[in-house]
Amino acid sequence: MNYEQLLTQTALADERYIVMTAENRALVRNMPTTLGRRFIDTGITEQCMIGAAAGLALRGRTPVVHALAAFLSMRAYEFIRTDVGIGNLPVKLSSFIPGFLSDGNGPTHQAIEDVALMRGIPNMQVFCPADEQDLLAMLPTIWASSAPSYVRINTRPATYQHEQPFEIGKAEVISKGTDVTILVYGMLFEQALVAAQQLKDAGQSVGLINMRSLKPVDEQAILEAAVTSQVLVTIEDHFQTGGLYSIVAETLLKHRTTAHVVPFALKEKWYKPARLNEVLQHEGFTGQQLAASITEQLEFSLNAERPR
Amino acid sequence: MQHKTIERLQQTAFRVREHIIRMSTDGGCFTGASLSATDVIVYLYSEFLNVTQDTLKDPNRDYLFLSKGHDVPALYGTFVELGWLSADRLQNHLSTSDHLYWHPNVNIPGIEFHSGSLGHLPSVALGVALDCKLRGTNNKVVCVLGDGELNEGSVWEAVLVANAYQLDNLLFLVDRNFFQANMPTEELIPLEPLTDKFAAFGAAVRRVDGHDFTALDEALSTFPFEVGKLNVLIADTRRGKGLPSIEARADRWFCNFTHDEVEELLRELHGEANATLESETLVVR
Repeated sequence: MNYEQLLTQTALADERYIVMTAENRALVRNMPTTLGRRFIDTGITEQCMIGAAAGLALRGRTPVVHALAAFLSMRAYEFIRTDVGIGNLPVKLSSFIPGFLSDGNGPTHQAIEDVALMRGIPNMQVFCPADEQDLLAMLPTIWASSAPSYVRINTRPATYQHEQPFEIGKAEVISKGTDVTILVYGMLFEQALVAAQQLKDAGQSVGLINMRSLKPVDEQAILEAAVTSQVLVTIEDHFQTGGLYSIVAETLLKHRTTAHVVPFALKEKWYKPARLNEVLQHEGFTGQQLAASITEQLEFSLNAERPR
Repeated sequence: MQHKTIERLQQTAFRVREHIIRMSTDGGCFTGASLSATDVIVYLYSEFLNVTQDTLKDPNRDYLFLSKGHDVPALYGTFVELGWLSADRLQNHLSTSDHLYWHPNVNIPGIEFHSGSLGHLPSVALGVALDCKLRGTNNKVVCVLGDGELNEGSVWEAVLVANAYQLDNLLFLVDRNFFQANMPTEELIPLEPLTDKFAAFGAAVRRVDGHDFTALDEALSTFPFEVGKLNVLIADTRRGKGLPSIEARADRWFCNFTHDEVEELLRELHGEANATLESETLVVR
């Protein structure tokens, strides 16, 4: 089963579903044939596609819309906010090549503020699957909900067998640890998994959480990790502003607590475009690099007097 | 169209204009823009659209989307005349106790979707029209646009896509009053030749005097204008229509008159006076 097969199966079983694209057909290549007139390609018109999706939703449909993450989240932003958000309509945004996944395209195509933008819209839910297996496990629940949603599509093969069933607002706690807990979402889960293993091999007690649902977020998972671990680490292919680091900070403040939180994110810059593995290396986001950086932070933290 | 029908429409439009003038105080409203669209909106609800108070949620009803949302006083006034909205509620304009403000919202029965940000509802209406085609229903879907709104690129995206999907159940009706917010359109961003522009995009276009009910009726009685083509009706209108003292003026888009001026303008509408407006009514946005 892949994304297109799941969407085809879902749409064929329920005629409420309409599949739309602003001429981004990578994920839905065969659907003009399989879905017929319920496949609608509006051409390179992200704004018009979102407005039309809102109109279709007014008629009882559930449009699943596709475009490149940067153009969906930014070119069409006001249409998403104003038509889908104010209307609170069940439009399902499938955001293609978000974050580091736009690899060689360059900064025009880098959606690394999309989480911040989308979670700023009332009613909008935001999901970031770790890999294809996670994605396929999450989508049926997301599509069946009546809320508007934004999904960072990630079809990279899984390197971890996800066991925990998906629930909106629930993170997948992979492991718990007392020295450090890594909070991560999306394609960097794969690297975080490598980093966690290396830290464990070096004798650390390491927690790892696949956030999955960034809005609503699993506050309990964050708060528990803040209590049980000396250090929290957030890892994301997103600007540091408005993403997971911000979400963790907001959650801690909301519950009148604090923690030592170390962010790994893109700090006020676009990333160097290249093949994906080179991007990760250049930006310091490979598992090995993350493990080394986290080790440094742990040493710093253990040497410092912790405030009581 | 029968003479008595025309008379009835004229009387309805006259009362809608009274409502608009009465809303143009205590905070004001977009008076000029509302008066230009009044005849078109009255005509559509009275003669063209298959929708009643009992069928406001019926999936087979006809739809009107007011993309030029700031002329919503014309819609409120029309809904009062249709009996969908109590006349008393117009006194709640701009009060938090009700839902009547400068742009449309769905808390008012009959309003299909919120608007205010220009260039949105052509696409939303297109989505509704697409669904009607998919389901094989015969709804007519109308989207009323301002002419200044045609500056927005998203309008032309919707025209391109409506052409691609051959949406002859969709009508874009342009309230062509020749003004955008602060300027005559032809001085700021010229739109003419407008018929040719829409036609070049593949639409079937008609152009009429938007204050002439007979002309509106003649044009819309041929709907759809051509099988398989988006319908565009350009209604030539006058900003502030009905009030010579504010007609066709760049500085009478948004108006917030004193109570005395409102009374004077009502007398002017009735042909009993020529209003002289002295208060600071101009609000340029």
